[in-house]
Amino acid sequence: MNKGVAITGMGIISAIGNNVEENFHALTSGQKGISPTDNIDTVHKGEIKFGEIKKTNAELIVELGLPPDNNFSRTALLGTLAAKQAVENAGISDVNSYRTGLVNSTSVGGMDTTENHYYEYFEKPETVKYIAAHDGGDVSQKIAEELGLQGFVTTISTACSSAANAIMLGARMIKAGKLDRVIVGGTDALAKFTINGFKTLMILTDSYNTPFDNDRKGLNLGEAAAFLVLESDAVVEKEGKKVLARVIGYANANDAYHQTASSENGEGATLAMKKAFEVAGISPEEIDYINMHGTATPNNDLSEGRAVLRVYEGKNVPDFSSTKAFTGHTLAAAAAIEAVYSVLAIQNGVVFPNLNFKTRMNEFDLLPQTEIKHKNIDKVLSNSFGFGGNCSTVIFSKD
Amino acid sequence: MGTSLYIENYCIIESGKILLDGVEVFSSDADSFADFSKEALRHFTIQYPKFFKMDHLSKLAFLGSELLLKDLSGKENTALLFANASSSLDTDINYQSSISDKENYFPSPAVFVYTLPNICLGEISIRHQLKTENSFFIFGAFNPEFMFGYAENLIQTQKAQRVLCGWTELLGDEYKAFLYVVSKDGKIAHTIENLKALYEN
Amino acid sequence: MEALKQELKEKIIAVLNLEDITPADIANDAPLFGEGLSLDSIDALELIVLLDKDYGIKLTDPKEGKAIFQSIDTMADYVTTHRTK
Repeated sequence: MNKGVAITGMGIISAIGNNVEENFHALTSGQKGISPTDNIDTVHKGEIKFGEIKKTNAELIVELGLPPDNNFSRTALLGTLAAKQAVENAGISDVNSYRTGLVNSTSVGGMDTTENHYYEYFEKPETVKYIAAHDGGDVSQKIAEELGLQGFVTTISTACSSAANAIMLGARMIKAGKLDRVIVGGTDALAKFTINGFKTLMILTDSYNTPFDNDRKGLNLGEAAAFLVLESDAVVEKEGKKVLARVIGYANANDAYHQTASSENGEGATLAMKKAFEVAGISPEEIDYINMHGTATPNNDLSEGRAVLRVYEGKNVPDFSSTKAFTGHTLAAAAAIEAVYSVLAIQNGVVFPNLNFKTRMNEFDLLPQTEIKHKNIDKVLSNSFGFGGNCSTVIFSKD
Repeated sequence: MGTSLYIENYCIIESGKILLDGVEVFSSDADSFADFSKEALRHFTIQYPKFFKMDHLSKLAFLGSELLLKDLSGKENTALLFANASSSLDTDINYQSSISDKENYFPSPAVFVYTLPNICLGEISIRHQLKTENSFFIFGAFNPEFMFGYAENLIQTQKAQRVLCGWTELLGDEYKAFLYVVSKDGKIAHTIENLKALYEN
Repeated sequence: MEALKQELKEKIIAVLNLEDITPADIANDAPLFGEGLSLDSIDALELIVLLDKDYGIKLTDPKEGKAIFQSIDTMADYVTTHRTK
C-alpha cells in the first residue's frame, strides 16, 4: 500500500453546520439541511429547495472581521471561513514557515455578486468594486490573502469534480517535493446563474433529493466550502503533528461520452476508481465505505451504480451512501466536503446514512446504507464526477 | 530525472491566423471568431457536425487539438492539461443575458452546458476517445512553469504517454490559443524557456 | 399542417445549429433522435424551450419529450392540439 500524504487539518461550512463538529453531529443524527431559500431572490423560490447556508453575507463579513468596503463574493466569504478553520485545526501559527500552497477550486466564482449588481454598475459607483471579484481566481487570491499566504496559489475549475482534483494536485505536489504543505479544497455559493441553469437541464427535484432511489427526480443545489491541510511526512515528524487520516489514492479520467450526461455503463467513473486503486496499491475489497457522488439525478445514480458494479464484479460491494441528501449538491465544493466526511467516517468508525431512500432501483440490486452504521473503517473511497465527463476518485486511509 | 521530454508539435491560433509548428497553415479576414472558426473548419475539411453546437472556447480548443492530434498514432494515452485566464466568461455572459430579462425569460440549456471551462476538454475527449486524466486551470496569464512541471510529472509517473497542453484564452472576438503535445518524441526540448519562446512566437 | 411542419423544421435547424441541413433534408416521418439528425439529450431540452417560447406549451418532465419529438409529424400533431399561442 502507498503510504500517501498526511491530512493534518480540516475546515468546513455547509447547510448542515458551520464547522466540522456541527457537520458531524448533523450527519450522525440524520438532520438534513435542505430548505426553501431565505437569501436568494429567485423566481423559483416557491418551487424548489436548496442546501442553503443560513448565514447572510453581512453576518459572514462580521465573522471574518472584514472592512465594510470589502468586495468579497459569497463564494470567497465561505471559502475564507473554511480555509481559516482548516489552518487553525492543523495548529499552524505561521502559514509561511514551510513552502505552503493553496489549491482552491470553484465553478461559480463571484457569479453571485455579479448577478446582484449587474444592473447597478453604472448607477451605483459603490458596486463597481465587485467587477474585479467575478473571477474564480479572485476567490483563491482572497483566501490566500486572508491566510497571509505568500506561496503558490492556483484555481481548478472542472465542474463538480473540481475539489477532488485539487486534493489530487496537492498530494502530488507534496510527493514530488515541490511543496511541504498544501491547503486544498473548494468553495461554491448558490447563485441564480446555476439555479436557472440546472433548472433548464431539468435535473432539479421539486422536493428532497433521494439518492439511488428508483423514483429519484433530481438534485437539490447546495452551497458549501471545505479545505484540508496536507503536509509532508517531514513536516509531520518535525512538528509532531497529529495525522487525521491520509490521502492514499486518487485518479481522474474522462468519460468521453457527452458534454454533461454520464455514459450508460459509467466508463469514466470505472476508470477513475480502478486507477485510484492502482495509485493506492490496494484492492477494491479493502474499502470499508464508499461515499458516492450520488447526486440523485436519474442519469448519475444509474451510471455510477453500474460503474461500482463493474469495479466490484463478482465481489461484495462495500457499504455505501451519498451524503447529498443532507447537503444538496455543492458543485465544486462537493468533493471537499465529502473528503471531510470521509475523514470523519474513518476517525469515528461510522457509515453515514443515505437519507430519503425508499425503493431499490429497477436496473440493479444495489442498496445504500440507509441507517447509521458503526464499525471499524480503515479506508474510504469518495467519488466526484463533473460535467465535461470529468470523473475523479480519491481514497482515504487511517494513519 | 527520467528521460528528457520533447514538444512533439505545437499550434498557435491568434488574430485570424493558424500556425502549425511555426508555419502559417490558414489565415482569414473574418471579423468575428464565429466566422473565422467556421472558415478554418472548412479549410481543413473536418467533418464534425457537433462543432457547430459548441461554444467559442470549445471551438478554439477543438480546432487546435484537431490539428495536433489528427496525425498522431497511438494517442489514446494522451492526458489533457488546459488553462486560461477568462474561464468560460464568454459563454457565461451569453447565458446571463438569457436569464436576466424577466419579460423574455427563456434560458437555453444548450448554452448553459458550456458555462464551465472544462467542457472543451470533454469535447476533445469525445472526439478523440481519450479517457485519460484531464484538468483545467485558471491563471492570470500563461504560466509555463506550472504547465511544464505538471506535464513532466504526468509522463514521468506514467500517468500518460503524451500530454496535450493548451492555453486557450477567449473573450468576445479576442482570442489566443497555444496548444502543444509533450512526449518522448520530438525535436524541440520541453523546457520552460522553449515554452515561453513558442508562446510569444 | 404542412406550413406548421415547414416552420418546425426551420426552427429546429436554427435553434439546434444544424449546419448544412435544409428543411428538405428532414422527412416528416423520419426519427429526429438516434439515427437521422443524431440529436441528443441537450437538443431535446432545447426543443422543450422552443415549445414554451414559440407555442406556449410547458413541459415539466423531460420524459414527455420522447413521444412528442419522435418525428416532425408527431411534433406538429402535439403543437396543433396543445398550443396556447
